Amino acid sequence: MNQLLITVARRLGLGLFTLVVISLVIFMAVEMLPGDIATEILGQMATPDAVAAIRQELGLDQPVLYRYVEWLTGLLTGDFGQSLATDQPVLGLIDDRLINTLYLAGTAAVLSVPLALGLGILAALYRNTVIDRAVSMFTLSAISMPEFFIAYVLIMFISVQLGWLPSLSKVDADQSFFERLQLTILPAITLTFVTCAHMMRMTRAAIINLLSSPYIEMAYLKGLAPWRVIVHHTLPNAWAPIVNVIAMNLGYLITGVVVVEVVFVYPGLGQLMVDSVSKRDLPVVQAASMIFATAYILLNLIADVVSIVSNPRLLHPK
Amino acid sequence: MMMTKAHSIECREAPVNPDGQVSLWRKVMRGLAEAPPTGLLGLVVLFAYLFVIIFAPWLAPFGEAAVVSDVYEPWGGQYLLGTDSLGRDIYSRIIYAARNTVGITLLSTVLAFVIGAGLGMIAAVMGGWTDQVLSRLVDMLMAIPLLIFALLLLMVFGSSVTALVLILGCLESTRVFRLTRAVAMNVSVMDYVEAARLRGENLFWIVRREILPNILAPLFAEFGLRFCFIFLLISSLSFLGLGLHPPTADWGAMVRENAMLITFGRMTPLLPAVAIAVLTIAVNLVVDWFTHKASGLSK
Repeated sequence: MNQLLITVARRLGLGLFTLVVISLVIFMAVEMLPGDIATEILGQMATPDAVAAIRQELGLDQPVLYRYVEWLTGLLTGDFGQSLATDQPVLGLIDDRLINTLYLAGTAAVLSVPLALGLGILAALYRNTVIDRAVSMFTLSAISMPEFFIAYVLIMFISVQLGWLPSLSKVDADQSFFERLQLTILPAITLTFVTCAHMMRMTRAAIINLLSSPYIEMAYLKGLAPWRVIVHHTLPNAWAPIVNVIAMNLGYLITGVVVVEVVFVYPGLGQLMVDSVSKRDLPVVQAASMIFATAYILLNLIADVVSIVSNPRLLHPK
Repeated sequence: MMMTKAHSIECREAPVNPDGQVSLWRKVMRGLAEAPPTGLLGLVVLFAYLFVIIFAPWLAPFGEAAVVSDVYEPWGGQYLLGTDSLGRDIYSRIIYAARNTVGITLLSTVLAFVIGAGLGMIAAVMGGWTDQVLSRLVDMLMAIPLLIFALLLLMVFGSSVTALVLILGCLESTRVFRLTRAVAMNVSVMDYVEAARLRGENLFWIVRREILPNILAPLFAEFGLRFCFIFLLISSLSFLGLGLHPPTADWGAMVRENAMLITFGRMTPLLPAVAIAVLTIAVNLVVDWFTHKASGLSK
C-alpha cells in the first residue's frame, strides 16, 4: 500500500510539474511574437511614443520573469487579463463558453464511451469474423475523414433532407435542458464518430493483447467457463488499458471540439479560440490554450493514476 | 524469419544478377502479385492522385483563381461541378488544390522526419543525458494537444506557407522522435553497433550506416501515418480559415467557402472533403499492406 501511495504521489507531482512547464511554453510562445503586443495593437499608428505608452500600460516594461509570475498568479486567482479585441475581461468571455463546451464534450462522451467499449470488446472477442472486419472497416474510414466532413454529411442528411434537427446550434443559458440537448445532439454525434473510431481500435488491441497472455490460456485449459475467465481473470487486468483508452480519447475530444464548434456555430471555447487567433487576441488565446492543455493533462493524469491504483501487482509488493 | 514453401520456390526461380541479387524489377512485380486487393486499391488511388498533381494545369479547364462566370452556377455544362461564391470553377480548383494541400503536407512530413528521426537516432546512440534531455523535452511538448499548440503558434507567427510547414513539421517531429528512438534503441544494443563504436567510427557514421538501414521499415510505415495526420491537420486548419491564404485553392478551405450550399441540399462542398478522405484511406491501406509484409505475417 505504501509503495502504491508513493507511486501515485510521484505521478501527481509529475503532472503538476508538466502543468507549470506548459504554462511557461504558452507564455513564452507569445514572447516570440515579431515586435511585441504593443506594436500589434497599434498596427499602423505605432509611433515610438504611443508604443512606449501602451507598453507601460500593459506592464511590458517589466522583466519577462516578473510578467510570467504575474500572469500565472492571475490564472490561479481567476484573473485572465483583458481581451485586446473587445477590451473586456477574458474571464467574462470564457466562462459561459467553457460551460457550453463541457456540455458538448460531456454529451459526446456519454454517447461514445459505452458504444466504443462495447463494439471494441465485441470485435476483440469475435476476432477475424465478419463483426471484426465490419468494425475495422468502419474505424478506418472514420479515422480517415476530417471532422468537418462527417459534420456536413450529418447536416446534409439529418438537417436538410430529413429536417429532424437544426444545422446551427445556437445554445444559450436561457434554454431548457431538452432544448439545449436537441441543439447539442448533432455536434455530439459528429464527435462520437471521430472518438469512437479511435477508442474502438484501441480497446480491441488492448483486449486482444490481454486475451493472448499465457495466464488466460491457462484458465481456459483448466476448464473454466468462458464468462468466468472474462469476469474474474481478464477484467481485473483490463481496467487499466480501458481507462487509458477512455482518457486518451476524451483527449481527442479537445481537438475535435474546436472544428465541430466552428461547423455548427456552437458558442463554445473552441470557436472563441479560433476567432481570437484570427484577430490575434493574445490574452484570450493564451487563456484558451491553457484551459485546453490543462484538461488534456488532467485526463492523462487521471488515466495514469487509475491504472496505477487498479494494477493488482502493485497491491502486493514483494 | 519465417519462409513459406511457395516463397522459397519463387526465390529460386527468380533470375539472379551477377552480384547475387534479385533484380529490383522482379522484386517489385512479385510484391505486387502477392499484394492484398485492398493494398493494390490504395496504390492505384495514390497513383491517380499523383497523376492529377503532376498534370493539374492540363486537366483543369480554368485557372486556379480565375473568376469565370456568375456565382453558384449549377453542375454540368461548361462548369462540370458548378462555380463557387466568387464565380470560380470548382472542378478546376479541386484539381489545383491537390498540388497545394499535398505539397505542403509532404514538405511538413519530410521536415518532421528530418528533425524527429535525426534526433531520435542520436538520442538512442548517445544515450545518457542527451537522451534524457531530448526525451523529457519531447514529453513536455507532447503534453499540449497538437491542434491547440498549432493554433497558438499560428497566431504568433501568422499563417504563411513557411510558417505552416515549420510549425507542423516541428510539432509532428515529437511523435516521430518517440517512435524512432524506440526502434533505434533496439538496434543500438546490437553487437555490430558496439563493434563500430570500438572501431572508433563517429556518431554520424554509426547513425547513417548501422542504425538507419535497420529501422527503415518502421520509419516508412510511420511516414505514411504521419502524412495522414498532418494532412488532416492542415485540412482542419485551412477549414478554420488559418491555413493557406484565400486565392490559393485548398480542399479544407474550399469546404468552408462553399459550406452554405449544403443548406440548399447541394453536394458541392462535400467533394473536396471526399478528396481528403479518399487520399487518407488510400495511404492507410498501403501502410497496412506494408507493415503486414514487413512483419512477415503476410501469409
